Amino acid sequence: MKRIITAVVQNRSGVLNRVTGLMHKRQFNIESISVGRTETEGISKMTFVVHVEDHQKLEQLTKQLNKQIDVLKVTDLSDKAIVARELALIKVVSNAHHRNEIQGMIEPFRASIIDVSKDSLSIQVTGKPDKIEALIDLLRPYGIKDIARTGLTAFARGHQPQVAEMTSYSLLK
Amino acid sequence: MKVDTKPKTKPEAAVKTGADILVESLLEQKVETIFGYPGGAVLPIYDALYRSDGDFEHILTRHEQGAIHAAEGYARVAGKPGVVIATSGPGATNLVTGIADAMMDSLPLVVITGQVATSVTGTDAFQEADVMGITTPITKHNYQVQSSYELPKVIKEAFHIASTGRPGPVVVDIPKDISANLCTETDQSAFHLPGYQPTIKPNPLQIKKLTEAIKKSKKPLILTGAGVIHGHASDILLEIAEEYSIPVTSTLLGLGAFPGQHDLFLGMAGMHGTYTANMAIAECDLLINIGARFDDRLTGNLNYFAKNATVAHVDIDPAEIGKNVPTDIPIVSDSKAALAELKKQLKEGPDHEEWMDQLNQNKMAYPLWYNNPPEEMVPQWLMKSLYHATRGEAIVTTDVGQHQMWAAQYYSFGRPNRWVTSGGLGTMGFGFPAAIGAQLAKPKDPVVAIVGDGGFQMTLQELSVLQERGLPVKIIIVNNGALGMVRQWQEAFYDKRYSESIVGVQPDFVKLAESYNIRGMKIETQKEFTDIIHEVMAYDGPVLMDCRVLQQENVYPMIAPGKGIHEMVGVKP
Repeated sequence: MKRIITAVVQNRSGVLNRVTGLMHKRQFNIESISVGRTETEGISKMTFVVHVEDHQKLEQLTKQLNKQIDVLKVTDLSDKAIVARELALIKVVSNAHHRNEIQGMIEPFRASIIDVSKDSLSIQVTGKPDKIEALIDLLRPYGIKDIARTGLTAFARGHQPQVAEMTSYSLLK
Repeated sequence: MKVDTKPKTKPEAAVKTGADILVESLLEQKVETIFGYPGGAVLPIYDALYRSDGDFEHILTRHEQGAIHAAEGYARVAGKPGVVIATSGPGATNLVTGIADAMMDSLPLVVITGQVATSVTGTDAFQEADVMGITTPITKHNYQVQSSYELPKVIKEAFHIASTGRPGPVVVDIPKDISANLCTETDQSAFHLPGYQPTIKPNPLQIKKLTEAIKKSKKPLILTGAGVIHGHASDILLEIAEEYSIPVTSTLLGLGAFPGQHDLFLGMAGMHGTYTANMAIAECDLLINIGARFDDRLTGNLNYFAKNATVAHVDIDPAEIGKNVPTDIPIVSDSKAALAELKKQLKEGPDHEEWMDQLNQNKMAYPLWYNNPPEEMVPQWLMKSLYHATRGEAIVTTDVGQHQMWAAQYYSFGRPNRWVTSGGLGTMGFGFPAAIGAQLAKPKDPVVAIVGDGGFQMTLQELSVLQERGLPVKIIIVNNGALGMVRQWQEAFYDKRYSESIVGVQPDFVKLAESYNIRGMKIETQKEFTDIIHEVMAYDGPVLMDCRVLQQENVYPMIAPGKGIHEMVGVKP
């Protein structure tokens, strides 16, 4: 199963290595990982999307992460109401003919064109991974030259619904 | 956790190097013994040690691996962190086996490695190795010191992390310029580790659950691991077990946590455990694991492990609970605190006479056994005789393999911190240097290194340390001219194809000892051993006994790999 896990860490050298190393050692498959600073100086947040076999493995993963000295807090967001976003930059082949067509197509995705050259244009899109996948599929026929994705980042919504309602909010289950 | 800094005891020197700061920090931690080996990147540190003459005992081993295993032996016996210094590159990489060994067996170590100067870091400079990268997966924590300013704080944190919670090795990598350069200001503030707050006290509700489970149980069993020893919980464990008459078995590393000769003790469990202990695990209805991590050498096939039991697991490391065996009553706690709470809450013991009868019958019917032709030197007999000759009082260290299992089976430990063995990593060459460390920690206690002829040849260069220090370590080589456990597995599972496991060529160990000015002797019969062992143990100096034992002896009983804990072979002659 796919899980979204965040880890708040002390921003020290080697911490990323330690965290990804332990996942490698215990054979957790990382689908994406994103790291950035938080509101507190010296504290960073990592967001992982990982594949785990079962709940026992999942428990091991969070416990092993928690055990690291520089890891302050581990949260499994998968069963919570969350806001999760990823950003992708997509460079597609395009000439003057296609420009308008592409522009019209990406509009419902609230994507924007951020760079134009003679034979390509670059699109920026933000959203859940499936939305980004959908846009990439639509753009593929034009010829994709390059894609850069940040990986998912996420946090819990300000209001958490009651337990009974929760599964429907789950993003990846 | 906040720790107050101690006021400085030494007068302020006018100028200090980073290395001086390091030495001060080590003194502040009350370090008495350092195991190490100098080299380019630690020259400033060794200079500071030289200038601080008399403050420490520095033990120069003849290989870095010897230094770190000695530090492990020291840590196991002294119950405080072993300290190691090695240089960058090969010095550090030679420590890797010992660091991994300490990680697996939860031994507190503070390992200081030199590193190339920051100006050349990352340029593949002479003797540069990525020590942080190499040691990250095998340390509890590691640091690369970024400035001499932070050095005192890093050392304080390193000792705190190594020795609290679940103990483990901490590496501190110090670039040469940081130890060499003069420093004007250092950070003497107290440290704060928000991400490291081990749970020491048990949840009383979980203990209550355990008391109820004990009350209801008809077939209770306690399993002791090294956590009982680290937590100094042996005495209270004994009180509880005796008061409610609960039988006890142990992992390899837990030996000594409960008196080996006690009526309630069933012997070691696991791959080469006793029939009684393993069957008790298979049949018990309540398994109380205190500080063991359900290692595969204990459990065998997990599908058959304690299947009828409610499992309670006390461990200071929450990640161990539920890792291998589903746990009904998880108790994250220091072992002593958990047992103290249990003692407080427990009012009524189990009603389990039948169970005790059954266990006692098993004990009588299936004791450990071996064939003992008196004209031969039988390794099991050797261990038993050694036990009697030392009255079970010696500190015993071993490598890994047949001799280790025989020692575990036949040398019965009456109290904790006397048994020093490489359990998790299973390191050949561990036993002899570990004995050096153990002897330094307990100069007056008898220390016996039981080693195989294979393992001994991996670290025998440390005979120099015995010679130099006159340490009265007694080395018993269980010499069968083979890599015994490999040979045993080849016999059992590879149709007797003894691939590279019969090692016919070996040095004359007696002459070897003599070349180091150490008393050596070859022992070929039981009589020779019996005649001399008391004199050897009483001798105030090192002795090497090359004991030529039967090659074809196997360790029994045995649970073959993949089999359940009840599927032992070799339980009877």
